[in-house]
Amino acid sequence: MAVLDHTEHAGHPDLGNVRKIAMWAFLGSECLFFGTLISTFLLYHNTTGDGPTAKEIFSIPFTSVSSFVLLMSSLTMVLAHHAAGRKDWRQMRVWLLATAGLGLVFLSGQAYEFTTFVHEGLTVTTSPFGSAFFVLTSFHGGHVAIGVLMLLATTFMSFGGKLHEGQGMNVELVGLYWHFVDIVWIVIFTVVYLLQV
Amino acid sequence: MSEAIDRPHPTPRDYILIAVILFAITAAEVAVTYVDALDSARAPMLIVMSAAKFLLVVGWYMHLRFDRPAYRNLFLIGLVLTPVLFGAVLLSFGLLIGN
Amino acid sequence: MATLNPAVESATASHHGRKGVWSWMTTTDHKRIGLLYGVSSLLFFLVGGVEALLIRLQLAAADGTVLSADAYNQMFTMHATTMVFLVIMPAAAAFTNYLLPILLGARDVAFPRLNALSYWIYIFGGLFLTISFFVGGAPDGGWFGYAPLSTQVTEIVRMDYWALGVQILGLASLLSAINFITTVFTMRAPGMTLMRMPVFAWMATVVAFLLLFSLPIIAVGLFEVFLDRNLGTLFFDAAAGGTPLLWQHLFWLFGHPEVYILILPAMGIVSEVLPVFSRKPLFGRSFVIFSGIAIGFMGFGVWAHHMFVAGLGPVAEATFALTTMLIAVPTGVKIFNWIGTVWGGSVRLATPMLFSLGFIAMFVIGGLSGVTHSIVPSDTQQHDTYYIVAHFHYVLFGGAVFGLFGGIYYWWPKITGKLLNEGLGKLHFWLMLIGFNLTFAPMHILGLRGMPRRTYRYPKGLGFEFWNFIATVGSLTIAVSILIFLINAWRTKARGRVAGNDPWDGRTLEWSISSPPPEHNFDVVPVVHAEDDFWHRKYREDEEGRPVPIPGGGDPLVAGPDDPPIHLPSPSFYPILAAFGMFLTVLGLVYVPLGLVLAGVGVVTVVWGLFGWSMEPLTREEH
Repeated sequence: MAVLDHTEHAGHPDLGNVRKIAMWAFLGSECLFFGTLISTFLLYHNTTGDGPTAKEIFSIPFTSVSSFVLLMSSLTMVLAHHAAGRKDWRQMRVWLLATAGLGLVFLSGQAYEFTTFVHEGLTVTTSPFGSAFFVLTSFHGGHVAIGVLMLLATTFMSFGGKLHEGQGMNVELVGLYWHFVDIVWIVIFTVVYLLQV
Repeated sequence: MSEAIDRPHPTPRDYILIAVILFAITAAEVAVTYVDALDSARAPMLIVMSAAKFLLVVGWYMHLRFDRPAYRNLFLIGLVLTPVLFGAVLLSFGLLIGN
Repeated sequence: MATLNPAVESATASHHGRKGVWSWMTTTDHKRIGLLYGVSSLLFFLVGGVEALLIRLQLAAADGTVLSADAYNQMFTMHATTMVFLVIMPAAAAFTNYLLPILLGARDVAFPRLNALSYWIYIFGGLFLTISFFVGGAPDGGWFGYAPLSTQVTEIVRMDYWALGVQILGLASLLSAINFITTVFTMRAPGMTLMRMPVFAWMATVVAFLLLFSLPIIAVGLFEVFLDRNLGTLFFDAAAGGTPLLWQHLFWLFGHPEVYILILPAMGIVSEVLPVFSRKPLFGRSFVIFSGIAIGFMGFGVWAHHMFVAGLGPVAEATFALTTMLIAVPTGVKIFNWIGTVWGGSVRLATPMLFSLGFIAMFVIGGLSGVTHSIVPSDTQQHDTYYIVAHFHYVLFGGAVFGLFGGIYYWWPKITGKLLNEGLGKLHFWLMLIGFNLTFAPMHILGLRGMPRRTYRYPKGLGFEFWNFIATVGSLTIAVSILIFLINAWRTKARGRVAGNDPWDGRTLEWSISSPPPEHNFDVVPVVHAEDDFWHRKYREDEEGRPVPIPGGGDPLVAGPDDPPIHLPSPSFYPILAAFGMFLTVLGLVYVPLGLVLAGVGVVTVVWGLFGWSMEPLTREEH
């Protein structure tokens, strides 16, 4: 995404890269988005009806491992960003793909977890607790999936003779998004899982 | 260019060190949930540890510590508004107090 | 226009000959997108107006027979949804798109293609909501979609149209909010400090922040409604332990900031018009700006005053009663500033000024009746009566719509190059003012007499007949005034007086360039030295503080050979493609499970659009 930097031509002090400002504004907005979902969950965390409760169904060891996987993907992401800063495109691609891979592992974990829960009798229609849990974690998973697509697209585009200054910015923006999805999970892991068992 | 971005950026060593800290905190979080003796202190401990992880990722991995204040402010409005608004909503439902 | 700069000539030449439907579908020029927003919102204004007239005709006499109960429910739901999301918000977006870059001294917004995407999502969203009339009935659960009313009767898809339509309209607004914020942060001309920004630009910024932080809340709420309807989730199902009250919180957490999203652009317009037609700077300019920011913040803290009858408990009710009283303070500050601006000025009562003064008067009435609702026991009496209808129409019609019409008359010559006829303009204003008050003032009385809202007929003998009849006469008067406006616009196209660059003796940068502005806005990027910079280019003050014209001060700046080249964004087909994909997606989602095929096609189209977009350079080499 080549965006013309108008400010260069206008010749006045650049207040930062336009796309980075836009990304931070978007992430500020996303705080409210996930805040609403998490609050819905908190409102219903005990409204389990006849269905299983959080204590009965959550497997903390399993979720801890997938949380760890997502945390480590933030490390690989920041290393990709660092490599892009040094214009080491080969390393950058390796770390980008590693990040995407860890994201896919996390998503597989989520798919496994959902399947297990459905087998144990918790679905979106079981109770408001089930609705809130599945919708919150699915929206987070959807964000991870979009992040994986963006990582793969960035890697792919770096092959297309598009290795220029903008490349580092692409990686930085994808990185900001990815880390944000990670910090949302840091909150979800604590509030939705650890505090409920 | 403002001086904010001239501050030395972290190196891969720093990033790995932070990852180790993040891992350690996560391990401590999980451990706390298994210690029955900590029952009443558990929630505040978990919230503090989770906030620490949050700040580490935002500050270092997202470079907010080193970047222009404009970015921080945009993000901070959302970050502060969320708990304030939904704290009020949950309070009005009688949550967060008494249980 | 004489220009020495080859770059200006080539920028102008390469964009010449861009005419026809295709050029509008692919445009990335903020001015063209602004015009598209303006024309679309005017069309939807007529649609929403017809809906309003049908409601008024039904209520003109007791036991009305114009509409069935079912049709009436659709009308009041769609009237509100249309006027809020398809008229006032996009009309404000039209002004912001057209003017924000020019007011800041920039050549475009930060993301021209994202801007086009916002517009196309909006127009497809409006289309999506409106076609529901022809496929089994329009949404009928109120613009607020209260659960469980909105989540029941899932076999009738009307509220699916509402939930998904409002969802994508919200997405359009969110994208343009991010765009405007980035523009204000990064695109200001040299010397254009934040405090030197024109007040309209400031209010547009506050609106962008309100959208940024309130839309995600309603987005989640709308998803939850949609999932309750289609996937069997239990968010608002009281029988299963869900709570419909959660929906009210989510809706009004968005809905109250939304009120300020609707009114702040009009406040910005009025703050531009009053100084020009009083020949005085805006009185207490920084107070107007800071009270706008204060309104923005406090707007997030009053939502529960819409829910005083929901049983929130005394602590919550007292808290929100207090915050509601407090938010009247910054609003009052603005009113005094406007009066102070006009006070002692050499006032010209041209049409834009009349609409702005009308705005102040009507908005004060609406604001005062509004602040009475902070008194909970009194609000409980008025809740769901026509008193409330009267109140918010004084704010949103007497306020927002009057302000927006003031803006239309004020900037019409800049945008089209021709002045609207003043005689017809004044006739429009007076008829609209009289019609408006005839329509909505009686509703205070009807409300206090206990006439309930959203009820399709009333029996004889309750004392409702007379004032309802008057209100219907008033609404027809408004319709005539709008007709006069349309005649005026049509006449002006053929016979209007040529405006020149600066017909009103303006104060801000848009009046320093030609009418209509060239595609690149400024031949030379202006360097700003003061608030109301263009005024200070034209006038200096004598010893007694009176303005003395500077000869040639208002002449346009001419580019020299050394000025840097001008880059304009190229047209792009991808925004409209991606927006069309979203239209297919939501249309498919209404008819799950079969529609999922269509939704799939839609998603693929969106991905295609975004992929092509990211591969396409913003500025193609053209010479």
